[in-house]
Amino acid sequence: MTAHQSIQTDPNAKAEEILTGAEMVVRALVDQGVTDLFGYPGGAVLPIYDALFHEPRLHHVLVRHEQGATHAAEGYARSTGKPGVVLVTSGPGATNAVTGIVDALMDSIPLVVITGQVPTHLIGTDAFQECDTVGITRSCTKHNYLVKNVADLPHVMHEAFKIATSGRPGPVVIDIPKDVQFASGVYVGPDQARSRHSYAPRVDGEPRAIAQALGLIAEARRPILYTGGGVINAGPAASGALRALAALTGAPVTSTLMGLGAFPADDPQWLGMVGMHGAFEANHAMHDCDVMVAIGARFDDRVTGRLDAFSPGSRKIHIDIDPSSIGKIVRADVGVLGDAGRVLSALVEGWKSLRPAPTRERLADWWRQIDAWRGRDCFAYRPSSSVIKPQYAIERLYELTRHRDTYITTEVGQHQMWAAQYYRFQEPGRWMTSGGLGTMGYGLPAAVGVQVAHPKSLVIDIAGDASVQMTMQEMSTAIQYDLPIKIFILNNEWMGMVRQWQQLLHGERYSHSYSASMPDFVKMAEAFGALGLRAENPADLDDLIIEMIDAPTPVIFDCRVERAENCFPMIPSGKAHNDMLLGEDTGDIGAVIDAAGRRLV
Amino acid sequence: MSTDAPASAYDMGHAVETEALATFAVFVDNEPGVLHRVVGLFAARGYNIESLTVAETDRDAHTSRITIVTRGTPQVLAQIEAQLEKLVSTRHVQDVTRDPNGVERELALVKVRGVGAERVEALRLADIFRAKVIDTTIESFIFEITGSSDKIDKFIDLMRSLGLVEVSRTGVLSIERGVHTP
Repeated sequence: MTAHQSIQTDPNAKAEEILTGAEMVVRALVDQGVTDLFGYPGGAVLPIYDALFHEPRLHHVLVRHEQGATHAAEGYARSTGKPGVVLVTSGPGATNAVTGIVDALMDSIPLVVITGQVPTHLIGTDAFQECDTVGITRSCTKHNYLVKNVADLPHVMHEAFKIATSGRPGPVVIDIPKDVQFASGVYVGPDQARSRHSYAPRVDGEPRAIAQALGLIAEARRPILYTGGGVINAGPAASGALRALAALTGAPVTSTLMGLGAFPADDPQWLGMVGMHGAFEANHAMHDCDVMVAIGARFDDRVTGRLDAFSPGSRKIHIDIDPSSIGKIVRADVGVLGDAGRVLSALVEGWKSLRPAPTRERLADWWRQIDAWRGRDCFAYRPSSSVIKPQYAIERLYELTRHRDTYITTEVGQHQMWAAQYYRFQEPGRWMTSGGLGTMGYGLPAAVGVQVAHPKSLVIDIAGDASVQMTMQEMSTAIQYDLPIKIFILNNEWMGMVRQWQQLLHGERYSHSYSASMPDFVKMAEAFGALGLRAENPADLDDLIIEMIDAPTPVIFDCRVERAENCFPMIPSGKAHNDMLLGEDTGDIGAVIDAAGRRLV
Repeated sequence: MSTDAPASAYDMGHAVETEALATFAVFVDNEPGVLHRVVGLFAARGYNIESLTVAETDRDAHTSRITIVTRGTPQVLAQIEAQLEKLVSTRHVQDVTRDPNGVERELALVKVRGVGAERVEALRLADIFRAKVIDTTIESFIFEITGSSDKIDKFIDLMRSLGLVEVSRTGVLSIERGVHTP
C-alpha cells in the first residue's frame, strides 16, 4: 500500500459525523478491528473510559499495574498477529507502561498505547499527574504523538495502527490531553484518514539481490538458515515458506530465541537455538558454515558471541525489513530489504526455476559434520531421582502438553533458557518471551494477554521464582476475567542466572541474589482465588502437571527444583561459537573467561 | 557475484577503517519534537554531532531541513543514514559529503579587538577572505564571513594573533547543485 493514495470524494458519502475526542478513540479502535484492550483508568482518561462504557464491541481487561497492561498486550499481539492495545492515564500511568513499551520496541511487537494527558492549558505547569509522556517515550517507540487538536485525532489514530503494524512492527504512543477528549470534531474512518508522514516501508525484496542470494545458496557446501523473530512477525505464511526453502535447499536451520517455532523442532534439519545458551551443533554450524542466510534476525550480541570470531569463513545473506538492521553488526555480502515472508517465497520460487544441482551429495559432508556435533548431546544433564532437575521439569511439561493447543510464555533468566532448550516448539506464535529487553516479570501478564486472545487454549507461563514476583499482582486480573493461566514456577530460591554468573565470574560471591524470604506460592495462589500446587519430588511431577493442566482455574505451580543447577551449554562471554562449554566442563569455567570477557554483560 | 569478491565479510577491509567527517541533510516533517527525535537518536546511539542547523524550509509542505555534520567509519556513517531514514518523521536523507553535487557553506560572526597596525592587518586579511565588516568601534570589528568550514577555521586562526575576542558560527548548511529538488 502506498502512503499517499488520492482521496476521492464519495458521492454517496454520509453527512459528517461529529464525535467527541473520547468517542473518536473508541470508534477508531472498533474501525481498526480491535476487540480487546488492556488498561487502567485514571483522571486524565476518564472521558475515554466513559465512551468505553457505551461500547459493547470492545472488551476491556482491567490490569493491576500498567506494566501488566503493556506485557498483556504484547502477549496478545505475539499470539495473534494483531496489534495489542493499551489504555492508561497520564503521569504514573504512562511511566509504568514504559517498560512494556521498550520491551515491544526491542522485540518488534505492534502496540498502540493510548495515554491520557493533562488538559493542554496545563501542559508544562507541573500539573497533578503530568509528565512529558512524548518526551519520555520518544526514544522507546517506533513513533509517538501528542494530539493537541481534536481535528487531528482520527487521522493520528488510524496512522498509529498503520505504523505499529507495518514494516518492522513496534509500539506507537498516542498522548491525548483531557480537553481534546472532551472536544468535538469530525470523525473519519480508516479509508479517509490522511497520513501526514511519507512512511512507506518496502516489503518486496529487490529481484537482483534475491538472484544473488540464490546464487550463493546454490553453490554453498555448508549453508545454514539463521532465522529470527522477523519470520514470526511476517505471519504463518513466512514460516511455511521457510519450511519450503529448507526442504528445497537441504540446509540446516537454527533460530534465535525470538524465532523459535518458525521451523518445527521435530524436523531433522532443525539444529536447535543459536547463541549463548544455544545448541552445540547450532553454534558450531554457524561458526563453520560457508553461506549464512539470516532471515529476520539482527545478529544480537547474545547470538554472535565474540564478533571478530563470528562465522569467519562465511558469506552472509541478510534478509530484513529494517534497512538499519542490515550491516549494523555484521556486514552482509548480500542484503535483501523486504518482508521475511515475501522474500522467502521469492527465494522458493526462484529456487524452483533455477533448478540447481541436487543438494544431497553437495551437502553430504556438511551433514556428517553436523551429526558428529549432535553426537556430543549438548543438552544432556545428570538425572536425579531425589530432586527435580529444572531440565527434567520442562521435558515433562513438554511431553504432557505437546498434543494440546498450548502457548508458552516465560519470564527472564535460567528458566527461560531451559524453556527454550527443552520445550520443543513446532509452530510459530506459540512462544512469547522477552528477548531483547530481557524483562523479568514479562511472562505472567503476557500469559493473561495470550489467554484473552485464546480463551480455550492452554496457556503456561514458565516462570522463575524471582521474576514472577515482579508482576504477580496480575493473578488478580486472571481471576477477574476467568483466565485459567498456568504459572509454572521453577523455584530454586535464587535469581538463578545472576547466581550462575556470580558463581562462574565473580568468585562465588553471591551478592544479593538469594531470596531469603520466599513466599508460600501455594498459599499465595489460594489468596488470589487460584489453585496452588507444589511438586518437590520427581516421582510426583507428572501427576501434578496433569492436575495443573486439567484445572479449570488459574494455577500457580511451585515446582521446587535443584537449587544450584547451572544453565548449559554456554558460550562464555568474550568467546567464539566454537568455544562452547558443556555441562561437564563446569569445574573450570571461571578460568575459561578472561578479564575482557568478564567485563561484558 | 564477481569471482574476486572477498570470501568473507571480515575480509572486506574491516581492519583499517578510518573515521571521516560527513554531512547529512535530513528532510523532516516540521512537527513538534522532530528535532529531539533526530538529536536523541545521535545521543542514544553514541554518534557525535559536530554541527547542526535546522529551520523550516517549505512552509506549505511542512518540511524542515536539518543539516548535521558528524564523524564515523564508513559502517557507522551508513548506519547513521539508515537510522535517520527509519524515523517516521523523516522524508529523505541526503549524504551531502559523498554527493558530487553537494555544496556546503557556513557563516560565522567574528569579533576582533585591536588598534594600530594589528587593526589594519585584520581589516586587510578580512578583505582577502571576503569577510564583511558589519559593526565597528574605535578598537573592534565584527566580521561576517561565509564559506567552507575550512576557510572559516583558517580565518579564525589568523585573527587569533590579531586580537580575536569571540566567534559565533551557524554550523554547516548544504544544498545540491543543479535544477533538482531532493
